Amino acid sequence: MEFIGLVNYALFMGIFIAIYALLALGLNIQWGFAGLFNAGIAGFFAVGAYTSAIITSAAADGRIGGFELPFLVGWAGAMVAAGLIAWPIGKICLRFRSDYLAIATIGVAEIIRLVIKSEEALTNSARGITGLPRPFGDLPYVESQAAFLLLMIAILFVAYLLVERQFNSPWGRMMRAIRDNELAARAMGKDVEYRRLQAFIFGAALMGLGGALFAHFNRSITPEAIDPMVATFLVWIMLILGGAGNNRGAILGAAVVWIIWSVSEIATDQLPHEYAVKAKYIRLFLIGLLLQLVLRFRPEGLLPEPLRGDQGASRREPKSSARV
Amino acid sequence: MGFLELVNFYIIPGIVLGSIYALGAVGITLIFAILRYAHLAHGDLATLGAFVAFAVVTGIGVSPYAALPVAIVATALVAVGIDKVFYEHLRERPKIITVIASLGIALMVRAVVQVIWGVDSESYVRGISRPDVYFGLRIRDREIYTVLAMLALVGALYVFLSRSKWGKAMRAMSDNPNLALLSGIDNKTVIVLTWVIAGGLCAAAGVFLGINTELKSMMGWQMLLPMFAAAILGGVGRVEGAVLGGLIVGLAEELSVLILPSEYKAATAFVILLFMLLVRPTGILRGKVL
Repeated sequence: MEFIGLVNYALFMGIFIAIYALLALGLNIQWGFAGLFNAGIAGFFAVGAYTSAIITSAAADGRIGGFELPFLVGWAGAMVAAGLIAWPIGKICLRFRSDYLAIATIGVAEIIRLVIKSEEALTNSARGITGLPRPFGDLPYVESQAAFLLLMIAILFVAYLLVERQFNSPWGRMMRAIRDNELAARAMGKDVEYRRLQAFIFGAALMGLGGALFAHFNRSITPEAIDPMVATFLVWIMLILGGAGNNRGAILGAAVVWIIWSVSEIATDQLPHEYAVKAKYIRLFLIGLLLQLVLRFRPEGLLPEPLRGDQGASRREPKSSARV
Repeated sequence: MGFLELVNFYIIPGIVLGSIYALGAVGITLIFAILRYAHLAHGDLATLGAFVAFAVVTGIGVSPYAALPVAIVATALVAVGIDKVFYEHLRERPKIITVIASLGIALMVRAVVQVIWGVDSESYVRGISRPDVYFGLRIRDREIYTVLAMLALVGALYVFLSRSKWGKAMRAMSDNPNLALLSGIDNKTVIVLTWVIAGGLCAAAGVFLGINTELKSMMGWQMLLPMFAAAILGGVGRVEGAVLGGLIVGLAEELSVLILPSEYKAATAFVILLFMLLVRPTGILRGKVL
């Protein structure tokens, strides 16, 4: 590969890492700090992507939307829409243990997929929505990619600072208290369901933003753009590997997993076609196995959750999985 | 629309689909009650069972019904193996960690199916099976076999749970694990038994889904939501509740076509699930809520 090709590839990879890092940060709010299991990440991602697409694309026949508003409005709309979808689900499911939320979010993602595929008036079904404005889209290719990457890094950095600040604030302490000892937090007078609902909605809003960025990067969004199960699972392994409860861990995990995932794709694409198709599933198997290994041998992830305050007492679970 | 038409095109397929969901939901409800977590790989284990039977059918050319016992045994063994290798060491950690692990297992099991058997649709037997007409009701043989097999398997399980020593041990673990352990119940054996039963039944669900429709690598994952809805609708931990829930969900999915566009058939289970969590989380037969 020529030098310029390598640069392009690195820029492309960087943009994807930044988008996935936003998703991982969103999941970190939900899982890392509130202990909520969201198995429908791709659903919130898709809501964000389509909302922003409807707000910013040009008008088209037979489809609502096409308001041609600036992309920043679209991104804000994406966050609001994803949060609005999260609200009723959280309202119903957060009274119970997180298992119920896991099942319900799988359902939400499925329903959203059905809506996208069948509601032509809303999403233009299989053809998707195209012609989205892309920030710095007028520059030559390489410069445009580089500028977009810088914008992504800036957004990720702002999101990181805000989330980090939130975690170190009294709100973050309270969320960890609820996660680690729900009964004690309730006894202190904390409204557990309401706080969990907040965390769930914040996380979903970040996921929606990730989806909007993805759509604008590609200038289009179609139902086939991402494989929901693979995307959801990748974000999970990013967070668990990087370190649940640690924002830098979430970003590091996104980088490590995405590099492994996309470099292994280049490797398997060299194979003859019939093997290359199967190799995709072997890679999925291995990424599933990676999750099992991390859960078993390094459950705290690469960058463990920082201990705050009383050392060790605040850990969610004992470090050694001692068994009798 | 006449009564016969309603029965032929909605009620009968609904009962058949419901029986298939019931087979899977029984396993989910047992795991939920005894091991106390939601097992997200259940649907994909069903896919594996269906494809094991497919390998037997194409390999030695028998009917899928003859391949059913092989699929049940093989999937039960795989389920026990997965528990030993991947879930056992997570048992002392918060249960939700095992739920995450099971999401990974779902992906892994599906990847194995996709590597070995590919992603194209397959079917056990080629050709169209014509329904026989009984008093105006159009019923296929395979539909009768599906419902009968479900009743026989769940009936046997019911007798096992209520009469045998190990069945009672399982129910004791489900009711109060600490008391059960104090009474000297062998926790390990109960867990292995749970996986044998859950794995075997979900293989049966997969095989019967394959017999009545077709085999796809995503078939099991798409059954996951209806199976959970059925388990929660019936009441977690109640085997007869899971059967009832499965039948209701199956019927509701088929009947939903009358009022909803058919694309949203798959949404019915989700609506039932949320509705039950909202109004009666213990389910119809008063199961437990984790």
